[in-house]
Formats: sequence, structure tokens, C-alpha cells
Amino acid sequence: MSDVKYSKEHEWIKLEGDVATIGITKHATEMLGDIVFAELPEKGSNVEKDGTAGVVESTKAASDVYTPVSGEVVDTNQEIVDDPSKINQDPENSAWFFKLKIKDKSEMDSLMNKDDYDKFAKETTA
Amino acid sequence: MEIKKTSLYQLHQDSNAKFVEFAGYQMPIQYSEGIVEEHKFTRNHSGIFDVSHMGQLFIYGDNKLIEDLEKIFPLDLKNLKLNHSKYSFLMDQDAGIQDDLIITKINEGFLIILNAACKDNDFKILKELLNDKYKMVLDENRSLIAIQGPKSSQILNEVISGVKDLNFMSGNWFLFDNQKVYITRSGYTGEDGFEISISNDFADKLTRELIKKGSKLVGLGARDTLRLEAGLCLYGHDLDKNKTPVEANLKWAISKERISKGDFIGSDIIIKQLNDGVSKIRVGIKPEGRIIAREKTKIFNQSDVHIGEITSGTFGPSVNGPVAMGYVENKFSKKDTKVFLEVRGKKHAANICSLPFYKKSYVKGTN
Repeated sequence: MSDVKYSKEHEWIKLEGDVATIGITKHATEMLGDIVFAELPEKGSNVEKDGTAGVVESTKAASDVYTPVSGEVVDTNQEIVDDPSKINQDPENSAWFFKLKIKDKSEMDSLMNKDDYDKFAKETTA
Repeated sequence: MEIKKTSLYQLHQDSNAKFVEFAGYQMPIQYSEGIVEEHKFTRNHSGIFDVSHMGQLFIYGDNKLIEDLEKIFPLDLKNLKLNHSKYSFLMDQDAGIQDDLIITKINEGFLIILNAACKDNDFKILKELLNDKYKMVLDENRSLIAIQGPKSSQILNEVISGVKDLNFMSGNWFLFDNQKVYITRSGYTGEDGFEISISNDFADKLTRELIKKGSKLVGLGARDTLRLEAGLCLYGHDLDKNKTPVEANLKWAISKERISKGDFIGSDIIIKQLNDGVSKIRVGIKPEGRIIAREKTKIFNQSDVHIGEITSGTFGPSVNGPVAMGYVENKFSKKDTKVFLEVRGKKHAANICSLPFYKKSYVKGTN
């Protein structure tokens, strides 16, 4: 999983060729609590770096999901829409949100690696 | 102002509570298992809620007090039996709801349970309305612990023998560790349960014993999903000064006898609304999909006309779907009326439905 990067908005992004899989981190799910609703971007739509690309809701509140890179949405994970509790169970693997055909690989450069993200997550909680 | 802590604060910390400030108190919103698990555990077993932030107002007096309180509350207090409770509200002259409350007849007078955010103001209003004639104590030395859910009767009875014989909406004094505790069979979750008024020094000990017997702490988060599924109002959201009990669809709580006399604060408006109808009314709203419509969500009719607003909305774990309540124009309040909820710029179909979303299982009394 060395090719996984992380954003300050608590998304993870895994790049394979020019297709990126994006989801939210375990830390994000722990802050949100039980997730009971997920809304994903439409397949074929274009999303811009740092723009909203979905919504998750816990019993308490709604939170936007941002995309850490720009691209065209080529796939979305219907399983988490049908059963949002899967996001709490396996956030950084099977409960991915959407896949993008990315435009500009250099957008990945500003993102954090695992160690930096873990440190960042710890600091923002404290 | 310094944030207040309840007597169970240490226990909440020991139980990994996540805290939130609520009405000036540091209160647990949830514990480590999370809102959904806590909600389900209450429905299936037994949950303990620290509601010590709520006001416990003792008013001491005899028949004169009953007469004076009848000028304030729309209740038949003369015929309220000793240790019996009624749901009611404190209204202003326009029948706007200043607070909703539970009033219980006790030997020395009345015990009134008030919302935390309203209690100090309620105290002032009542003191003035009663012309300072009676001893009134907003007791900060007592905690209030609710235990709710189907196993609660058995669990509490193991710790305080005899409580299982209480009827719904009635109470009595019991002993715990030689301390007098006042227990009513009531609650705000749609489940059978009890509320225990106990001296602060013994609240922690009692709660730990209830946990030992199999009950679990439940936070304010699950308290909100439980009460909403049960169709119960939350003051400051579903009820406020701009809403009357008739508009809030709570006319069942107003004594018919008292309406016929019409001599309580707000009675003119109440009688007018009962005769002429109201323009807006509280209803249950069930979204068709999974979309959650929160407080302040706008409600539209089929012709895209704005007809009302959501006042509470969340995901109901026992319903396994979104639930909401709100106020709509009266002519759109019939069950099964199709409406649309505007969430993040899109309109989502929903239906007006009867409350509760989740059926109650209260223990019925025989007397």
C-alpha cells in the first residue's frame, strides 16, 4: 500500500495507472461515528481537486466528501450507498467511494504519505 | 460561565464518553459503542441515561397551590392522584410553549421535571405567577437517572425492590442505600422505563450497580434517535414559543374539563384553535429513500409550493431508515400526503405519516 496518499480532508487515494480510487480514512469514520447515509458523484461527471464529490451522514450530522485530485468519475461503489455501515467496517479497502481517471498526476505531489497523515490525524484530534 | 458537570461525570469519563456541551452542561453524546448500538441496546435490553441536567422543581403547598397551578397548567390537577404524573407545558398568554414538562403530585405538593435549557427561566416565570406564595426548590442536589428498555424493570427491581409494581406515569419513594429516592415509571424513548431522582452523592453508586446488573450507559445522541422514532418532541426544535400545543398536535395533553372552563394562561387561543382549526400542524414525515432531512429542511407540496419545515430529522436505527417531523400547512397534514424535501438543492419525495415511527411498549396501569 506504499502508493496510497492522504489528504487533509481525511480522504485516501490509491493510484493505479491513471485511475485513482478514493475513500475516507479510518480516522475520519471514527470522528464521524456511525455512518447511515452516503451520496456519491455521478459516473461520467468531472470533479475538481478540493471540490465536493459526495456526502456522508452520521446519525448526528452531514459532512462533505472532497476529492483530493481532479478527474472524470469512472466508477462508484453502490455497495456503500445500499449499506452505509460498510464504511465504518472497512473504510480503507472494500468501502471505497469512487474511481477517477485523473488529469494531472502532479496533483498527487502535495498529498501526505501514511506516516505524515497519521501524525496529522493525531494532532487534529488532540 | 463555567460549564457544569453532573454527578456521573467521572463515570462517563471512565466509560470513554465523547462529551458535548448541552444547555451549559458537559454531557455525554455517545460512548465507545456508538449511537446506533446504544439505540438498539436500549430497544432490546436496557439503557441508562444521565438526565441530571434537567430541572427538578419541587413546589410545596396544599389545595390553594392546586388552584393556583390550575391557572397556569391546562390540567385537571384537583383529580390528579397522589404519585401520578401528567405531561404538560408552560404557556404564555398567546399559548406559545415556553417549556414542556412532567408534573407529578407528591405528598408535600408537586414535582415538575423541566428541560435543562429552560429551567432557570421557568423557575422565574412560575415564582412570579405564583406571587412567591409557595416554597419552590429547583433542586441542584439531586441527580436524575433514566433507565429505559424492556429489561429495565427487572434490572432496577434487583437493585431497588418493588419498582416493578409501579404503573406507567406513576411514582413513589423507595430506598437505595438508606437514601430516599423518588422513582416514576416514565421516560422519553418509547420504551418501558423509569426515572430516578436521587441525591447527587449516591447517583454514581446506583448507576454502577445498574451497569453491573446488565444495563449500559447511553448518550444524548441515542436519546435523540430514540425519542424521534417514538414521535416525541424536543423543546427548542419541535416546540418553542412560536408554537402552541394545538399546532404541536399535543391537544391530547390538555384536559377537556379545563377547556370547558377556559381559565388558564393561553386558554383563549387554545379554545379558538380547537374550534377554528390551525394553519400549521406538527406531523410525522417519512422520506421515501435513504435521504436524511434535518432540522430547517424546507417542505414543498406536489405543485412545488413551500408548505412547511422539518423541525427534527435523523436516521432511525430501529426503523432502519430516515425519520423526521415538522410543521406543514394544515391542508397538507393528512396521512399519506406526498411532499418533497429540499436537501442540498435537490427535492426528495416523502410522505406524511402517523407517529410514532416505532411502536411503544409501555406498561399499562390498572388504576
